[in-house]
Amino acid sequence: MKSLRDLPGKVVKDAANVGIDEREEKRSASFFHMDEAALFSKVMEDYRDKIELLDIKEALKKYDGLKDYYWKLIDKNKDEYTKNADEKIMGGYYMRILPGQKVEVPLQSCMFISKQKFKQYVHNIIIAEEGSEAQIISGCASSEGTGSAEHVGVSEFYIKKGAKLTFTMIHNWTPETIVRPRSAAVVEDSASFVSNYVILKQVADLQMYPTAYCKGKNSVARFSSLMYAQGNSHMDVGSRVFLEGEGSRAEIISRAIAKDASTIISRGDLRNTNPNVKGHLECRGLLLGKEAVIHAIPELLAKGEGSDMSHEAAVGRIAEKEIFYLMSRGMTKDEATALIIRGFLDTSILNLPAELDRTIKEMTEKVSERL
Amino acid sequence: MPNILEIKNLSVEINKKKTLENINIAIEKGQIYVLFGPNGSGKTSLLMTIMGSPAYKVKRGDIFFEGREITKKTVDERARLGISMGFQMPQDIRGVKLIDILKICAKKTPKEELTQEEKALVDKFNLKDLLDRDVNLDFSGGEKKRAEMLQLLLMKPKLLLLDEPDSGVDLESLKLIGEEVQDYVRRTGASALVITHQGDVLEYLKAKNACVLLDSSIHCHNKPEVILADIRRRGYRECVKCMEGKTGK
Repeated sequence: MKSLRDLPGKVVKDAANVGIDEREEKRSASFFHMDEAALFSKVMEDYRDKIELLDIKEALKKYDGLKDYYWKLIDKNKDEYTKNADEKIMGGYYMRILPGQKVEVPLQSCMFISKQKFKQYVHNIIIAEEGSEAQIISGCASSEGTGSAEHVGVSEFYIKKGAKLTFTMIHNWTPETIVRPRSAAVVEDSASFVSNYVILKQVADLQMYPTAYCKGKNSVARFSSLMYAQGNSHMDVGSRVFLEGEGSRAEIISRAIAKDASTIISRGDLRNTNPNVKGHLECRGLLLGKEAVIHAIPELLAKGEGSDMSHEAAVGRIAEKEIFYLMSRGMTKDEATALIIRGFLDTSILNLPAELDRTIKEMTEKVSERL
Repeated sequence: MPNILEIKNLSVEINKKKTLENINIAIEKGQIYVLFGPNGSGKTSLLMTIMGSPAYKVKRGDIFFEGREITKKTVDERARLGISMGFQMPQDIRGVKLIDILKICAKKTPKEELTQEEKALVDKFNLKDLLDRDVNLDFSGGEKKRAEMLQLLLMKPKLLLLDEPDSGVDLESLKLIGEEVQDYVRRTGASALVITHQGDVLEYLKAKNACVLLDSSIHCHNKPEVILADIRRRGYRECVKCMEGKTGK
């Protein structure tokens, strides 16, 4: 395959819905994994001295099993999914931003399921070397008619001294898919890891609890999620940060909308071992169905004088007062409701580059129009 | 002059409690009408009922706007007819930006830009830096009131309902708001119903008539300066007695 445009038209379309640009114009590198194999891996010419991108299997061979990185942050025996991911690995990517390189144009990767009832096991290693900066768009999707497929994706992130990495994951599965991401990141001195997650489509069963270890002095981790569940979706999504380094900081923000008979469990967990840290957890939920459930479980474990940790959680329905205010400006009730929902799924809580922000805004607009 | 607003025998409840009792008011086209009254007397309830807030249940009586009965019309229908309210404590809405609301007020789609004239008005109200902020969230008192007035003016209403435009606002913002509303009313022939406690905004608004709302009912009509002076001297309750005596009501 020479270009992502060589993919079947339907796949290109589904991938575009999760932020994958098939023209590769505004991307510094692209990786595409479909079902059991990588189909495409390319670094654009201008970025070949800045980015290293390999199929994980190739990287394991080339770097003698990636001993410092592979299964170092996540226990392969953690659960049946990690065990399967270890034993039945099909691929995934190895992405490395070279020391001191600032890549302003996003990298993109796509994990795609096209076969019926396919079980996909992938493992990704992402390394932002010292002083490097990059943004990664990771889109995951399955084609219509794939039925009860399963996606298990292990991702290990290494954000080295002074590096800055923004990772934005967008999911768009079919309603029967089971999804189990398993992610962890280590953040070194003065480094920052921003992880964004967006899911706006029905999914059978999603469970994940990505974890960041802020080991470095003045390291920063920030997790933001926009979740919209409908039908019988079950989403159990949390983020956890261990604040270990002196002066480290963390923020976990989520917006959850549950419609129909869906359930969202929105977790957040901040723990410190060093008292000189700061952490904030914020979870807001909106219920749009009589049978919809949101279970917010924010946790703080603060140790030692000087710890500064806080959380706020609020779950409810749209306030009548907000609707009245907008209607008094001439909007119909439906228009007002849509605007409030669009505002609730506020993309500005994600720190996105302008182009990607537009893409996701369009997605949230579609969601609010559908309601 | 014909009346823009007429309220006849209006009784209203909120949370099953009586808040307005047998209210009768008529506002002429082009007139600014002032509503005085102590806290809790029902002033805000009256404005909210005219605007059509579903929380306020009309138990009896009718509201006419430009001669048409609007008692059962929804909030947005009333807004589209030309009634706009500047709230005393405007609602904040997370994720909805001030610019979103301004576009709605100016009857624009989200993708359309404000006109040069509208942008000039944003500048005049000194709100340019707040356009991308969540509406009213963490706005200062002055910013909220300026944002309310800007929204109203963009809607080009025929009747402005102003709930304490002069409370919690700095003098400079008050002057701006007062002058702009007065200028708008003068240019367009619009009308206004204004609630004020201290009467500060009347320095800018040329109001001819006023009344006092006390214990859910309207008690007297007179010139605003006369009523205000009397309230200052003797308080609402005595003022009402005196006025009623004088006018023989």
